[in-house]
Amino acid sequence: MSDSSDDRPSTHFLLRPAENLGRAIVGTLEELGRFFVFLGRVLRALPRRPLRWKLLAEQMERIGVRSIPIIALSSAAIGAIFSLQITILLGWFQAETMVGAAVGITLARELAPVITTLMLIAKNGSSMTAELGTMRVTEQIDAMETMSVDPVHYLVVPRMVASVLVFPILTGLANVVGVTGAYVIAVEMMGVDPGGFFEQLYWYVNPIDVVSGLIKASVMGFMMSVICSYFGFYSDRGSKGVGESATRAVVTSSVGILIADYVMADLMLKWLY
Amino acid sequence: METIVEVQDIHKAFGSLEVLKGASMPFEEGRITAIIGQSGTGKSVLIKTIIGVMDPDRGEVFFRGEEITTAPAERRREIRRNFGYLFQDSALFDSMSVYDNIAFPLVESLGMRDRKKIRAIVEEKLEWIGLPEVGRKMPAELSGGMRKRVGLARTLAARPEVLLFDEPTTGLDPVLAESINDLIVRVNEEFGITCILITHDIQATFRISNAIGFLYEGVIQEHGTPEELSRTSHPILRKFLTNSFADLGVAG
Ligand SMILES: Nc1ncnc2c1ncn2[C@@H]1O[C@H](COP(=O)(O)OP(=O)(O)OP(=O)(O)O)[C@@H](O)[C@H]1O
Ligand SMILES: [Mg+2]
Repeated sequence: MSDSSDDRPSTHFLLRPAENLGRAIVGTLEELGRFFVFLGRVLRALPRRPLRWKLLAEQMERIGVRSIPIIALSSAAIGAIFSLQITILLGWFQAETMVGAAVGITLARELAPVITTLMLIAKNGSSMTAELGTMRVTEQIDAMETMSVDPVHYLVVPRMVASVLVFPILTGLANVVGVTGAYVIAVEMMGVDPGGFFEQLYWYVNPIDVVSGLIKASVMGFMMSVICSYFGFYSDRGSKGVGESATRAVVTSSVGILIADYVMADLMLKWLY
Repeated sequence: METIVEVQDIHKAFGSLEVLKGASMPFEEGRITAIIGQSGTGKSVLIKTIIGVMDPDRGEVFFRGEEITTAPAERRREIRRNFGYLFQDSALFDSMSVYDNIAFPLVESLGMRDRKKIRAIVEEKLEWIGLPEVGRKMPAELSGGMRKRVGLARTLAARPEVLLFDEPTTGLDPVLAESINDLIVRVNEEFGITCILITHDIQATFRISNAIGFLYEGVIQEHGTPEELSRTSHPILRKFLTNSFADLGVAG
């Protein structure tokens, strides 16, 4: 073993923070570059045949069907809590019946897609990274390549397509269950007039509110699947590698979708509603 | 004998760690050729550049005279179909049964759709490795030696011309190691497949291979027939061989 690291001239200690900052910036740029190369591979693999229906169905089942309970539970809770707070607030203006509209719009535009995505990142994103990371570390991904099968096409594309399709469906579910949760709290517990609740809901919530939320969900599903697959794909060897990748994948994709949500909300407020 | 694969002046570094520093070696068609060398010298890296899982920083890899590393991706994928690779830890797909593992290259690489034909080939391969009963099992249920053999069956299913073995016997007990060595010889003799293997098992290597290359400090220091290598004057290879055969002296 040669100590090549010792050959380098050492930095003056006052310059070391600058050196470290420089390293961090270069490291981040390198990582970003590698991510966009990966994204390019995913997009290029997307239209390629064969279509793997079985793998797609499998992923839709895992991400979609098996997430119904957790999405229903969390959106019911959010709808109920939001309804509780907003009914009290609206009560100050004798406008309690507006609660249906307030909950409906916020759920449709923001809360349903965001809550759904965050829950799915926790439930599926981390396991996506862990699964692909394990395959990387145990050379299963290399094995695929030696058999002339593109692992991006075989492993990542079905996960990505499944996420893009399933996220809006689950967001739709979150809308319905969330409004139901809000209804139970506002009408059954806080005595808001049920007729008024629905009248305001129908009056103020437009189809475009719902559709924009579903579009957001699709974009977020795309982001989550690509980011989490990326971290799995480039997991380091060693036992720490996969776990650490999963953590980084969850943090990065959570922050990423919140930023994307803000950008999309801004654009949609300007152009859509 | 014709050269089927050749590496020339392969360089590969990971960060500041220079692993290969100009490795060159020819591999003859229909033969068993071994690469020996200490742990961590870059044997795995070298054969990974042959099959193209890893790109060398510099240097060339030839298959039947055609340079691979600079070929377009589509052509590389085509050429790669002539190769099989048995990974050090078998690299079986954990999420699939043994049957599906062996069927994988048939369906995904060769594009076979006929279920009956696929079944026939998978069963024949399972029979050939002496494990006709394990088709339904998951890889996690198999022992290390069984995984190796299933890995071999999977690579054989795609009918490669060249088979690369990464330490096929490491971590197996002597009896199992012997049975894997026998399988390598049978692969070579029965199917005429060119075998390239990396190994620590010097004694077995001298017994089963037709040619041997010694990798040290990133370069193939010597290559030739086992007889030629056993008469080497290269001091480090001498020492390496003396140590390996000293073990035999103690054991035998
Ligand atoms: N993907 C990689 N990234 C970084 N370093 C690597 C990578 N692959 C191999 N190395 C390093 O290259 C060196 C040679 O590795 P390689 O696996 O080829 O050794 P080997 O000769 O096969 O050893 P062994 O007999 O232990 O398998 C090692 O120091 C290893 O850490
Ligand atoms: Mg190795």
